[in-house]
Amino acid sequence: MPRIEVDTIRCKGCELCVVACPYKVIGMSKKFASTGYYPAVMVKPEKCTGCTLCALVCPDVAIEVYK
Amino acid sequence: MEKKVFERTKGLTEILMRYCPGCGHGVVHRLVGEVMEELGITNRTIGIAPVGCSVFADEYFNCDMIQPAHGRGPAVATGIKRVRPDCIVFSYQGDGDLASIGMAETIHAAARGERITIIFVNNAIYGMTGGQMAPTTLLGMKSTTTPFGRDPRVAGYPIKVCELLATLEAPAYLARVSVHKPANVLKAKKAIKKAFQVQMNDQGFSLVEILSQCPTDWFVTPLQGIDFVEKMMIPFFPLGEYKTIEGKKETVKPEPKKVLETV
Repeated sequence: MPRIEVDTIRCKGCELCVVACPYKVIGMSKKFASTGYYPAVMVKPEKCTGCTLCALVCPDVAIEVYK
Repeated sequence: MEKKVFERTKGLTEILMRYCPGCGHGVVHRLVGEVMEELGITNRTIGIAPVGCSVFADEYFNCDMIQPAHGRGPAVATGIKRVRPDCIVFSYQGDGDLASIGMAETIHAAARGERITIIFVNNAIYGMTGGQMAPTTLLGMKSTTTPFGRDPRVAGYPIKVCELLATLEAPAYLARVSVHKPANVLKAKKAIKKAFQVQMNDQGFSLVEILSQCPTDWFVTPLQGIDFVEKMMIPFFPLGEYKTIEGKKETVKPEPKKVLETV
């Protein structure tokens, strides 16, 4: 099952990965992280294909992709 | 069995980057790190950190770094490369650093055809000092020093660095790319890799200009920032390769001539 892992310490909630995902897998968390930002989370994990487009645009290298 | 298909490159350290949310510097850092890792040159690369937002680049890149005076990156890189020709030298610079204060160093390093690579991040504004007008600020664009928009009668026109350097003989590789969409990020990585390879093959000066977003100083959200790059910056700064090694003439050492013989 392809999935992404977001490092909540690195993520600054810029939402660039949200628009980069072709299947709208990623959304923003309702809870803020220890840094004070709202990190990205998977909202539709079943739709992830592991294409790594979100990780390509992430400016903080916070996303790791598993397939 | 689950396999990791994307992980943090070994070309970057584990330190948290202190850039604003949505800043393009992080992507460019990652691309340079990945290229260094793929080419296997991390242990013999010397980087030049600029003055600007990316002044902390010495903490982020997993290679030797040096911090010169404002704009003097190409001059310091020239010195390092001439003393240590076995090392790969790259200078990471912003638009205020390269196109304004360090313009003389940039043009002369390019004209001499120094075997260095310059990573030029163009976000059309002075980021660290608080959003003043840079040489690459677009016409009509508001900044703290042009609050009514850049007026060409007062502040002149933006400088297109790639086109400017393409008029010189010596540069071997000049390209302009952007990092606002995944496809552009992939093209940017290709260009950076090519620039490093040009240096490794001792072919000459290489510069990659990367259009990047600065949401904080443009006073927009990160998502509006990538729209601004696409709709405003790319029409004015067209993407593409401006000079490649294929079109470059072979450099031959000319025979010494007296002035009288040449006329």
